[in-house]
Amino acid sequence: MEPETLLIRLSMNEHATKFPRATWQGAGTEKTLRLAGEWTLGSGEIKVEGYDDGDWPKRFVTDGIGHFDSRLPGYLMSCFRAKKKHHEGSLSGLPNNLRELMELALKVPDHHEAEKQTEHSGRLAALGTKMTSVWIASVSLVEFIGETVLSLGRFFTGKARFRKSDFRTILQECGAEALPIVALITFLIGMILAFVGNAQLANFGAGIYVADLVGIATVREMGVVMTAIILSGRTGASFAAHLGSMNANEEIDALRTFGFHPFDFLVLPRVLALILMMPLLTVYANTIGILGGMLVAWTAGITPALFWTELLSAISPQSYSLGVIKSVFFGATIAIAGCMQGMRSGKSSSAVGQAATRSVVVSITAIVVLDSAFAILFTLLDI
Amino acid sequence: MTDTLQPMNKISVHGLTMNFGSFVVMKDLGFDIAEKDIFAIVGESGCGKSTLLRHLIGLIEPAKGSICYGGESFTAATESERMRFMGRFGVMYQSGALWSSMTLAENIAMPIEEMAGITSREALDLAYYKLALVGLSGFENHYPSQISGGMKKRAGIARAIALDPEIIFLDEPGAGLDPLSSQRLDELILKLRDTLGSTVVMVTHELASIFAIANNSVFLDVHTRTQGATGNPVWLRDHSENENVRLFYNRGKTGNPSDQHD
Ligand SMILES: Nc1ncnc2c1ncn2[C@@H]1O[C@H](COP(=O)(O)OP(=O)(O)OP(=O)(O)O)[C@@H](O)[C@H]1O
Ligand SMILES: [Mg+2]
Repeated sequence: MEPETLLIRLSMNEHATKFPRATWQGAGTEKTLRLAGEWTLGSGEIKVEGYDDGDWPKRFVTDGIGHFDSRLPGYLMSCFRAKKKHHEGSLSGLPNNLRELMELALKVPDHHEAEKQTEHSGRLAALGTKMTSVWIASVSLVEFIGETVLSLGRFFTGKARFRKSDFRTILQECGAEALPIVALITFLIGMILAFVGNAQLANFGAGIYVADLVGIATVREMGVVMTAIILSGRTGASFAAHLGSMNANEEIDALRTFGFHPFDFLVLPRVLALILMMPLLTVYANTIGILGGMLVAWTAGITPALFWTELLSAISPQSYSLGVIKSVFFGATIAIAGCMQGMRSGKSSSAVGQAATRSVVVSITAIVVLDSAFAILFTLLDI
Repeated sequence: MTDTLQPMNKISVHGLTMNFGSFVVMKDLGFDIAEKDIFAIVGESGCGKSTLLRHLIGLIEPAKGSICYGGESFTAATESERMRFMGRFGVMYQSGALWSSMTLAENIAMPIEEMAGITSREALDLAYYKLALVGLSGFENHYPSQISGGMKKRAGIARAIALDPEIIFLDEPGAGLDPLSSQRLDELILKLRDTLGSTVVMVTHELASIFAIANNSVFLDVHTRTQGATGNPVWLRDHSENENVRLFYNRGKTGNPSDQHD
């Protein structure tokens, strides 16, 4: 080569070193791959010329390469994986270190059998899958409730094993620690009821009946429903997240291999704790709610003493106990929804998050549905 | 790895004390790691190897002492300077720490996509290549919960080398691997060092792999709560004056340095 042309080539190379280039020359199985430029992660997009899908070169020309990192073997690998069968796939002609990296990557054969098939299905099939999944979900709900009942049975016959200290912690978390938030919410609800009631009843000169309104609404519905909704968000979600991450870390499997029944060990104490705590919290919520109403009524000119007398005549022990009875069922619902979503959650961190979300959605929906069912039942029974 | 950045893969640790509250894990650690070293951190289980690694990558602040990279202090660096240092690290955690809601390929492609001028198509290609390097081709679309423990280790290594880091930190890369995979791993580490010029700092218990590839090491002595020795592992095995060091490197079988010859 003439010295001058050499110089020109060099300066052109100099110019070309800015970005990575792959130029495929020739045709068919006789192609030459010319690699040039800086093949590093920071050096811009790869310029590919003359590449047809499935190509693999017979020769490599690599003297134009500047620095390179994994980007170069990464590019070569992607071509290699896409290459058609009739190419030999020889690596000769690559610089030694590059060839060795490629060989290392190709050493373990592709586990094609492991590759996942993505299924393409029609709309009808998707609908079918959806329906079956609803069916499977309902079956698994029934199973879960059944397991819980069996577990409760084992508890009452003294055969269930769980840690008493766990139980105490759960009681503490779902009971005592919920007191402030329950107080705040139900106090405000009691006040709102009294405001609304007073505004309407005062029109008829029946302002005193605000005590009946606040009292009955609180002890029959608002106290227990608000408490249940608060605990769904607070305790149910925490059960789901806790059990979900235990599941993800194989902690539940570890319990099982040690002979602990995961249901007795994890679900039972949670269900028991909520069944115990919900009625207590409901009584507490009722009291605070009525106090809130009483305060508002006082500002409207009804003295607490008057309010109290009216209240006692309005609330029968029977209607008071209705709310408390409902709370037991709501407590069990929250615990079962939370534990079930947790125990059945997937093994990734996002699956744990979804389990927590689902537990809240499921338990709030279930509470409202159950409450309506109770309302119908009590109307039919006339209590 | 362009020439504009000064080489920083020379690491020196001075008077490092690590503690959790009042519990001193290790005190007065001091060692140097040269460029392109394969450096092993060894010691009994629970002696503080992972903790030392977490100090080196800046996840925990040292109680005392300093860590320098390429002559610049890492411990005294500001938050933004630290990010610059950390950009050149690749770390594999002892438990894998793969992002469980992403596939293996996505785990590796995510940091690559952040680089300028890389299309997500190319990032995936690079991820496939990295997975092939650790022998996981075919498992690109699996989630971490769908692969075995040893495979998680290897996927963690693939993620650590995603960005061709200047310094690769590996916490027990060989644990849970069969002899063949473990030998391939040794080969991979050597290749990475040779082709990328990376420095490798690894916590490991695999004596075979230590003697095969490590050229420098530090031994953390759980009894004295400080470093027992630092230097070439083969030399330490045969000539160290510290009884515990020789015991460790000889699998608990040793008399004194003079009658130890293989
Ligand atoms: N977050 C922490 N809080 C308190 N102590 C800790 C914490 N992490 C680790 N330790 C303690 O520090 C010591 C060293 O732990 P480290 O995880 O570094 O051990 P290791 O040498 O990596 O052990 P192994 O080989 O088993 O992985 C242990 O005694 C451990 O109890
Ligand atoms: Mg460790």
